[in-house]
Amino acid sequence: MISLSQFLIVAAILFGLGVAGLIVNRKNIISLLMSVELILLAVNTNFIAFSHFQGNNAGQVFVFFILTVAAAEAAIGLAIMVVLFRKTHTIEVQNLDNLKG
Amino acid sequence: MNVLPIIFYFFAAVAIIAAFMVVTFKNPVHGVLSLVLAFFAMSGIWILLDAEFLALILVLVYVGAVMTLFLFVVMMLNIDWAGKREGFVRYLPFAAVIVLMMVAIIITVIGPKQFGLTHVPTPAVMPADYSNTVDLGSVLYTNYAYPFEVAGTILLAAIIAAIILSHHAPKNRKVQIISKQIDIKRDQFVRLVDLPSEKKNPAANGGQP
Repeated sequence: MISLSQFLIVAAILFGLGVAGLIVNRKNIISLLMSVELILLAVNTNFIAFSHFQGNNAGQVFVFFILTVAAAEAAIGLAIMVVLFRKTHTIEVQNLDNLKG
Repeated sequence: MNVLPIIFYFFAAVAIIAAFMVVTFKNPVHGVLSLVLAFFAMSGIWILLDAEFLALILVLVYVGAVMTLFLFVVMMLNIDWAGKREGFVRYLPFAAVIVLMMVAIIITVIGPKQFGLTHVPTPAVMPADYSNTVDLGSVLYTNYAYPFEVAGTILLAAIIAAIILSHHAPKNRKVQIISKQIDIKRDQFVRLVDLPSEKKNPAANGGQP
């Protein structure tokens, strides 16, 4: 049978690939958002694996809320990106320094 | 012969390869499609973990709505993607070292010594009439009713914010403005003209009456 650590290792590898995407593709926002989605997928897999092996469905409820918030985040992030591209015609991260913070 | 490990390894391999392609894509449309493949594979793994409802939510909501939104935005923005990858080779060794170390540490912590089958045994198989959806819904609408309402409010706020951010009104829109229609004066539209009446000339139409 498949043990808990195998599920966790798959999730850890997905998480590592997501972090690598954040580091490598730091030029454009779309790939950053996609890497964040990968990381969220890995975290959700961890929650579901522990929920299954502990016999407790609180983890699945948590995944439900994570999916909700991630969908809202993706919608608002993409809307901001469309507005930004309409105004500045670029979505490269290093050009977005208008705030002079 | 147990087929569950074969299914698990198949889905895990597909998910990891697809995630690798997401990170190293050249064309962003291919990147989004690889992410869709990763979601499908992970939903298969979630079904192996008896989370059918969330697996179907992942496919229906995430692949069906969120990833479609990504695909639309990637295709709509019309960006020159060729010059957007110049930092890739420069950061690649850095990212590889950091991520390999991080994953190695995580795997050391969560390895079979801590979470193997001897420490965390496989839970008992659910009875045939067990429904994951009923199980989840019965706690979602009772114990977690308040977070559920908050999640709904967050989604409503996200809808309104996304529409307000990305909607811009057309310039020459033909709309009916009721106040202007009510507010008109008679003089603006009606002009009375005095026309001089013409004399009747019986000789002009050939003597007929």
